[in-house]
Amino acid sequence: MIAFGLTEDQLEYQRMARQFIAQNVTPNAGHWDETGHFPKDEIRSAWENGLLNLCIPDSVGGAGMPLVDTLIISEEISYGCVGYSTSCMANELALTPVVIGADEDQKRKFLKPFVDEFKLAAFCLSEPGAGSDAASLRTTAKREGDEWVINGQKQWITNATHADFYTVFATVDREAGHRGITLFAVPRNTPGITIAPHENKMGQRCSDTAPISFDNVRVPADHCIGGPGNGWKIAMRTLDFSRPLVAMSAVGVARRALEESIKYAKERKTFGKPIGQHQAIGFMLSDMAAKTQAARLLALEAAWRTDQGLPANKEASFAKAMCADWCMEICTDAVQIFGGYGYTKEYPVEKLMRDAKLIQIYEGTSQIQRVVISRELMR
Amino acid sequence: MKIIVPIARTEDYNARIVVNKDGDDIERGGVAMVINPFDEIAVEEALRILDGGDGEIIVVSIGGDEAAPELRRALAMGAHRAVQINTEAKLMPEVITPLLGALVEREQPDLVVMGKQSIDGDSGQVAQRLAQRLNWPQATFAYEVKIEGKTVTVGCEMDGGTETVAFDLPGVISTDLRLNEPRLPKLPDIMKAKKKPYDVISDDELGGVAESPIKVLSMAPPPERQAGQIVADVDALIAKLRDEAKVLA
Repeated sequence: MIAFGLTEDQLEYQRMARQFIAQNVTPNAGHWDETGHFPKDEIRSAWENGLLNLCIPDSVGGAGMPLVDTLIISEEISYGCVGYSTSCMANELALTPVVIGADEDQKRKFLKPFVDEFKLAAFCLSEPGAGSDAASLRTTAKREGDEWVINGQKQWITNATHADFYTVFATVDREAGHRGITLFAVPRNTPGITIAPHENKMGQRCSDTAPISFDNVRVPADHCIGGPGNGWKIAMRTLDFSRPLVAMSAVGVARRALEESIKYAKERKTFGKPIGQHQAIGFMLSDMAAKTQAARLLALEAAWRTDQGLPANKEASFAKAMCADWCMEICTDAVQIFGGYGYTKEYPVEKLMRDAKLIQIYEGTSQIQRVVISRELMR
Repeated sequence: MKIIVPIARTEDYNARIVVNKDGDDIERGGVAMVINPFDEIAVEEALRILDGGDGEIIVVSIGGDEAAPELRRALAMGAHRAVQINTEAKLMPEVITPLLGALVEREQPDLVVMGKQSIDGDSGQVAQRLAQRLNWPQATFAYEVKIEGKTVTVGCEMDGGTETVAFDLPGVISTDLRLNEPRLPKLPDIMKAKKKPYDVISDDELGGVAESPIKVLSMAPPPERQAGQIVADVDALIAKLRDEAKVLA
């Protein structure tokens, strides 16, 4: 049996998130994009309304939400502004490895504060020389007495400037390759952390992306999550959660591009009729709608597999690759439908096109997703 | 303070409404459903009256299981208990009023707060009928509600102005658009709403219903508006107002 309908609960979450975003995000997204303003107040408001940190289990007072439900909310948030969504979802990405790898004491220690007050978190895996090939990371952690000492550089860290808490992947034994990779919980106020100025990006301009350096950063022994050498496994399992989530954010952007295009295609007239009634435009809209729905189903299936505890590596990569690529195509077509107006900042579609590009790059490029898929196929 | 808030489930005011094939009702189903906006304002006002203090807000809907999402939404907003009254009868004011009246007699609330009308039928009669049936005071089309002790002071919208009335509890208030802006329920409250008490009773338990004597013979959409015209100058405008619209002599 396959059931495609949303439950009554899921419909309520969707309705609530949609209304919240329509009030707090969509009307401001253009301004944030123009100025690069980091919308901390509106992200705090999302926390106040229970839309943040959905992965935190109910054992420490969190929502403990299934990933499928989180995706339904993610589509709505991303519809308003995917830069804003990236900032919100960075918390899920940073906290998920703690949910996966931490013992109960550590969960209380590191996750509970996110239930009690508004905080941002950042997931620190990528490095200047280790992006797609994350296992080659060079950040080191050395045990000294009761402490771990972390040294290294992290790159492309979402929320870096504003986060109170970092989840940092470092190697305790570079010779051991990915078997040396270990996860650490690092509070922001630990001495030795330096955050460089944030990147001036093409799209998703209201999200905060910056490099971080760790210079003899000392954390207590209990800040090691999941034990030495288990970081890679935790990181890979985290991707089963984060990739469907990012895939669904692409669906939100795609739906926005589609809806804006339909609206414009009904208003704008050429040769005596609305342009949507010209087959050239009508068929473009058809493809955009079909791709959006196909993308949504791929993302939901990957999330469903993760919720069921089934292997989801391949399906998460299906979703991440196709949702991001289709989203890019859809946004490019949206600009085309708007013609000259689409290329101006007077209409929202050029922002969608710039924002979409990043979805093909972060959280594993479209190319690395295909590497993952082909490896699974050739096993 | 115990407050009953009856809520109707209506089509979303943003939805495209069309008249059905038989021409005696609007096409039901297929569009998003909401808490009747005026009733949502009533839920919000009840929450503000209670202001987190002791008491109970009971939300009531008449019909069947299809009203559950709207009742749960009101619970998520902060109401304490839901009552779903099942009936097969067509929901007309003269059917709704005796059911609500019987429920009020059973629950003995201090106050009934409800929307001035539901945006589907637009009858705008139930609050007044209910007050009359209970022999309670009524304040209708409220834009402002103040309560001190047992005295309720209500600012009411009137044609061409406002009027302030006061009554002692218990009573019925019907809410107008300006009264407040309903809150958005928070996600954790949506999750908790499922655990709140939810009673299902039948119309028989409230004395049964008689079919409404009123029959809708036909329903038609409002005539389509003609496109506007742009006139060259004031003289042309005056000519059109005089000769075509015939609003000038």
